[in-house]
Amino acid sequence: MSKDIRIRKGLDIKLVGEAEKVTANATRSNVYAIKPDDFHGIVPKVIAKQGTEVKAGEPLFHSKSNEQMLFPSPVSGEVVEIVRGAKRKILAFKILGDKEQKYADFEIKDVNSMNRDEVKSHLLQSGCWPFIKQRPYDVIANPEVAPKAIFVSGYTTAPLAADSDYVLSGKENEVQAAITALNKLTDGEVHVSVGKNSDSPLSGLNNVTTHTVSGPHPAGNVSVQIANVDPINKGEVVWVVNPQDLVVIGELLLTGKFNAERVVALAGSSVKNPKYFRTKIGAEVSSVVYDSGVNDEGNIRVISGDVLTGENVKPDGHLGYYHNTISVIPEGDDYEFFGWNKPIFNKISPSRALTFSWLFPNKKYDLTTNTNGEHRAFVVTGSYEDVFPFDIYPLQLLKACAVNDLDAMEQLGMYEVAPEDFALTEFICVSKQPHQQIIREGLDLMLKEIG
Amino acid sequence: MGLKDKLHKLKLKYKDKKMAPAFNAIHTFLYLPNETTHSGAHVRGADDLKRTMNTVIMALLPCLIFGIFNAGYQHHVAAGEIDKVSSGFFSPEFWSFANLTIGLWKVLPLVIVSYGVGLAVEVLFAVIKKHEVEEGYLVTGMLVPLIVPIDTPLWMLAVAVIFGVVIGKEVFGGTGMNILNPALTIRAFLFFAYPTWMSGDKVWVHGAVERASEIAGGAKLDAISGETVLGSLAQGKEISYSVSDMFLGFIPGSVGETSAILILLAGLFLVFTKIGSWRIMLSAVLGALAMGLIFNGTVSAGWISEGSKFYSLMSTEFWHHLIIGGFAFGVVFMATDPVTASQTNKGKWVYGFLIGFISILIRVFNPAYPEGVMLAILLMNVFAPTIDHYVVQGNIKKRMKRLKLKTA
Repeated sequence: MSKDIRIRKGLDIKLVGEAEKVTANATRSNVYAIKPDDFHGIVPKVIAKQGTEVKAGEPLFHSKSNEQMLFPSPVSGEVVEIVRGAKRKILAFKILGDKEQKYADFEIKDVNSMNRDEVKSHLLQSGCWPFIKQRPYDVIANPEVAPKAIFVSGYTTAPLAADSDYVLSGKENEVQAAITALNKLTDGEVHVSVGKNSDSPLSGLNNVTTHTVSGPHPAGNVSVQIANVDPINKGEVVWVVNPQDLVVIGELLLTGKFNAERVVALAGSSVKNPKYFRTKIGAEVSSVVYDSGVNDEGNIRVISGDVLTGENVKPDGHLGYYHNTISVIPEGDDYEFFGWNKPIFNKISPSRALTFSWLFPNKKYDLTTNTNGEHRAFVVTGSYEDVFPFDIYPLQLLKACAVNDLDAMEQLGMYEVAPEDFALTEFICVSKQPHQQIIREGLDLMLKEIG
Repeated sequence: MGLKDKLHKLKLKYKDKKMAPAFNAIHTFLYLPNETTHSGAHVRGADDLKRTMNTVIMALLPCLIFGIFNAGYQHHVAAGEIDKVSSGFFSPEFWSFANLTIGLWKVLPLVIVSYGVGLAVEVLFAVIKKHEVEEGYLVTGMLVPLIVPIDTPLWMLAVAVIFGVVIGKEVFGGTGMNILNPALTIRAFLFFAYPTWMSGDKVWVHGAVERASEIAGGAKLDAISGETVLGSLAQGKEISYSVSDMFLGFIPGSVGETSAILILLAGLFLVFTKIGSWRIMLSAVLGALAMGLIFNGTVSAGWISEGSKFYSLMSTEFWHHLIIGGFAFGVVFMATDPVTASQTNKGKWVYGFLIGFISILIRVFNPAYPEGVMLAILLMNVFAPTIDHYVVQGNIKKRMKRLKLKTA
């Protein structure tokens, strides 16, 4: 059943520096990095030792808990370094990319004639499996458990994030092939959402249930859509895939190549000419960031991902495995005289306590990374609910996580949420509590104790 | 080198030292800190706890200023030195320099003792427990002088503040962890420890107690009477104040609680700024009206005789309860304290309604002291977690039912 999902609660954070809808080819990155930390909860076991030549799509490592689950190199080249941190934990695989790219051949497949196990093992073998994540726990899907449904959100609401409609245009064939494959993996339906008034390349797909979504952020978050269409109960599993990753999966099936190419949005107020770039997973962010010029170079934060959920990668970092946005905003490492009581016009606030963003609903803001206050105990109540479109009590759930109360977490709806769903409550939090971290740790505890 | 850099250097110098919290409290008061995000969302909203608390203080300031003038005004009127107000809210009899000086002389020491003692305790605990000084006391410190009688001895106030902050808040872990509203804990301590200074017909007007002891000592002077409207009603006396006096606030009472119109405006301001909960305020008013109507109904049904000691309070027009005594002040500023109130939106309706309902109930039936909002709020503070528990259970049950339907 197709559904019209209308979200009322939420907050659109309008920022300066939205990417212009023009795509340029990024300067070729020298070194590509794959960071095992991008795959939450996976303990890597090295396959490609330092010095090994790999082709694009050949595995760098596998999961310690599942040898079948391979993590591929995005490019062909030499593994020049395996960066390790404390206790020899692997932080990154660095691959020096070849000038002429060589691709591992996974053969062209006709998905329609494949059965579930064939699709599954093909995706695992080719390194495409990590693109499939699951709810609950927001980790890479467990291939042993069939999901009750698979969700793809084609509606973008996160601030400055790459617009799915734009980056997917012209990729209809790949997406369709991937959707057909996903259909084999579930007994339920594959749900795809598109913006209500948009001209999305995802709206014409076959074998899917299409939903239209409207409303402010976090309407584009896939958990919100799941909660509206087919909420997750205890014991149920739902898989989710980012739309841009469908392109990689589709291309694998259609051409037999693992092509990690991706169109990313370079956005943020520190970027002089924000626009889209064609690059690859794991590429150096500097290969796109400096291309269009940066304001106040010494004072920027480079984020792989959007400003609410992304990762601080520093200017010498690399594009994350799941990200298709690079945000560059000014650091806010400065004091502000009487900043706590003077009238505020240049920051976003959900209240009207001498903050005036309510007067200018369409103004775009240039926000810095300043926290605008210090960490405090939870005091204010009732504000999170205004930006949290779930039938869940956010404050109570956060408190349950903070005290490791597994029963309460389960009862209050922990199975339905991912850390990203708490990005907005974190944004408006008067006490500056780290909501996403609290939820991530809570999910990890549940995964460990309940499984 | 500007002040900003100097303070930054000092901050680095004091870092990890014992006095860091005390220094940071002053530093962050002057400057919004240079802290940047390190996990989760990279940008954050503009509001912090200081701004939130500051908004409440802004709403309280008109009440404080009115209270200062009213302290002088009540003193002069009771002493027979000036006439009663004649021309509405801006009457020159009220806003006079003489009233202001008496008021400042009496009220400012209350404010200074409240903030001085309270913040000292807060800083002490912050230093001992090595956490930052939290902002909760900014509002409490302003509330306390507004909810005590004008002649409260300063040493009593100091003792009560120490008790309230330590037992009411710090033993639970500080701001955000307390069960009872700290300002009301302070007032309740005063009320139970020094009842003669907190009730009766002498304490509400400056000079009345002093005069009474002079008369007792043999001086030939007229006694100053300072009965509150509720006090008069409880004793079945005629009240000499008009409804407009009560609404505008030209009546004796605790320092800041008398002007219903200013409290109403402050309430609207808090609702507009989204700092105060409109659910609690609205439902408390509804609860009070409901109880008032029940009492009025009891009287008009003839169930209670005119000789009953409850008769005059019960027969008070139901909506008058909103503008006399401390009800309006308590509902707008103390029932809405987010830490001690119900934390769920549904729970707030129940919590607020019961506060209004019980306030009027206690006000009418309390033989010792005809005011109920303090005890009603403290009582509901204790029950707020229970209310929330049932609201949250409702949500949990809904989720379980969904699961059952699915598996059935």
